[in-house]
Amino acid sequence: MTPDINPIVLFFASVFTSNILLANFLGMCSFIAISKDFKSANGLGLAVIIVLLITSVLNWAVYHLILVPLNLEYLRFIVFIIVIAASVQILEMVIDRISPALYMTLGIFLPLITVNCAILGVVLLLQIRNYSFVQSAVFGLGSGIGWWIAIISLAAIRKKLEKAPIPAGLKGPGITFITIGLMAMAFMGFSGILSVQ
Amino acid sequence: MIPLILIGPLSVSIITGLLALLISIMDKIVNNYGEVKLDINGGQKVLTVSGGSTLLSTLAEQKIFIPSACGGKGTCGTCKVTVTTDIGPHAATETPLLTGKEIKENVRLSCQVKVKKDLSIQIPEDLFAIRRFKTTVESIVDLTHDIKEVYLKLDDPPEVNFKAGQYAQFIIPPYGKIKESTQRAYSMNSTPQDKNRLGFLIRLVPGGIATTYVHTLLKTGDKLEVIAPVGQFRLHESGAIMLCIAGGSGMAPLHSIIFDLVNRGVTDRQVWYFFGARNKKELFYFERFQELEQKWSNFHFIAALSEPLPDDNWKGDVGLITDVLDSYLKDKIKPDFPKEGYLCGSPGMIDACIRVLKAHDVTDENIFYDKF
Repeated sequence: MTPDINPIVLFFASVFTSNILLANFLGMCSFIAISKDFKSANGLGLAVIIVLLITSVLNWAVYHLILVPLNLEYLRFIVFIIVIAASVQILEMVIDRISPALYMTLGIFLPLITVNCAILGVVLLLQIRNYSFVQSAVFGLGSGIGWWIAIISLAAIRKKLEKAPIPAGLKGPGITFITIGLMAMAFMGFSGILSVQ
Repeated sequence: MIPLILIGPLSVSIITGLLALLISIMDKIVNNYGEVKLDINGGQKVLTVSGGSTLLSTLAEQKIFIPSACGGKGTCGTCKVTVTTDIGPHAATETPLLTGKEIKENVRLSCQVKVKKDLSIQIPEDLFAIRRFKTTVESIVDLTHDIKEVYLKLDDPPEVNFKAGQYAQFIIPPYGKIKESTQRAYSMNSTPQDKNRLGFLIRLVPGGIATTYVHTLLKTGDKLEVIAPVGQFRLHESGAIMLCIAGGSGMAPLHSIIFDLVNRGVTDRQVWYFFGARNKKELFYFERFQELEQKWSNFHFIAALSEPLPDDNWKGDVGLITDVLDSYLKDKIKPDFPKEGYLCGSPGMIDACIRVLKAHDVTDENIFYDKF
């Protein structure tokens, strides 16, 4: 049964109240590693938006048009991962062509989107929650935008933190984790507004 | 009917196959840069090449060999080329091997730059002369316990033009546990007048890939490919007194420079050659240089042993080459005459000698060296 949620509500829910990063804690490693620099954070965020949108739509199609009719739901992990890997591969080639500068700054983190748990997480969520095609596309796009907002916010905060008088023992990862915790708490403030399951 | 158990694997294979096909098609479209123009040295040479590969390999296909000791892995930093077209910021693989000044001047590592559009590049004029030679090993002679003199006869192309002091890159094929072809640079020991062959002095470096190959596997009659001539170390035509300092296989470029002078009849220049060794066993070409000293009054050969053995019956200079050089500069070599230093050897030895030369007022721009 497809849940009865207005796609617009679902979009805002996936950006804010159930933000993939700050509410579900998926996709943490590149979130922390790349947020040191605002430009690359922005680039990686945009890449995640595109990959999430593409893979949500593609995986929805593959799951509902191929796996379900053939009773092969149990192969979903391997198939989802292959589709994600192929999308990232193509995106990598396109970025290399269009913006070599962005390609250089993203470096190893671009191929690492393949195993970014936010991506597989979103794809599995939309399969578990049995979203329709439109809902899947909107959820994928919204989660991507949510991830992007979270990483550029953290990058902006970390830029400020560079000049802040931080106790020596907390410099670097320590203060970053505390910051992320506070951000997550702030995003929890949205949680009463919409509830999406 | 397909057995039920095969439906799963087949579906996955078909999905994967289709995606792989899609990637291949995208690769063809996205990575196809078509024909691009390479403008070298402001219109001196304009090449039309197909884009998509690195600048280093694209140029190599066009028979322009940029020196590259590591073979394009981005670790040696020798394949520097100035790219005047804007191709974006330097890659993280380039910056550690470039100075701040080079980065400002758009110097790039040609093995890390992909040819994607029309490019204007600057390369030293000399590189046009570099060729890849097919050669046959003509002779291998033991000079000392760890130095071999190797002569390669040039098969194709059959002739080479080089400046005494330059070097060649040996292309060592994979052997034994070494799975990849390796390139190593060796200075020419032979003279430019010897156009049909190249001579080298190769000292066995324990664990060295190329030297081990030359010392243990290479035999007379074997085929070997070399890229030559490369390098900026060479004779500077002036009237200054030449102070040549090198020990061991570092002798090669100086041997070439000195005998090039002899062959060309340029004997009005004063040349002092300081050769340092530990004991008499490490001395080679000794008679050859002593003979030359007899024939050519302006040439002086100073061999110095740092640890002569009792059996050596050594009557010449004793001590470190730096101390011997220092004492000759104090007493025997005209103090007020312009001097040039030509050094070849290990970085430690070269730095020590440069300090001595500077103490005797030989300026930086008159000290030329080849560190290895």
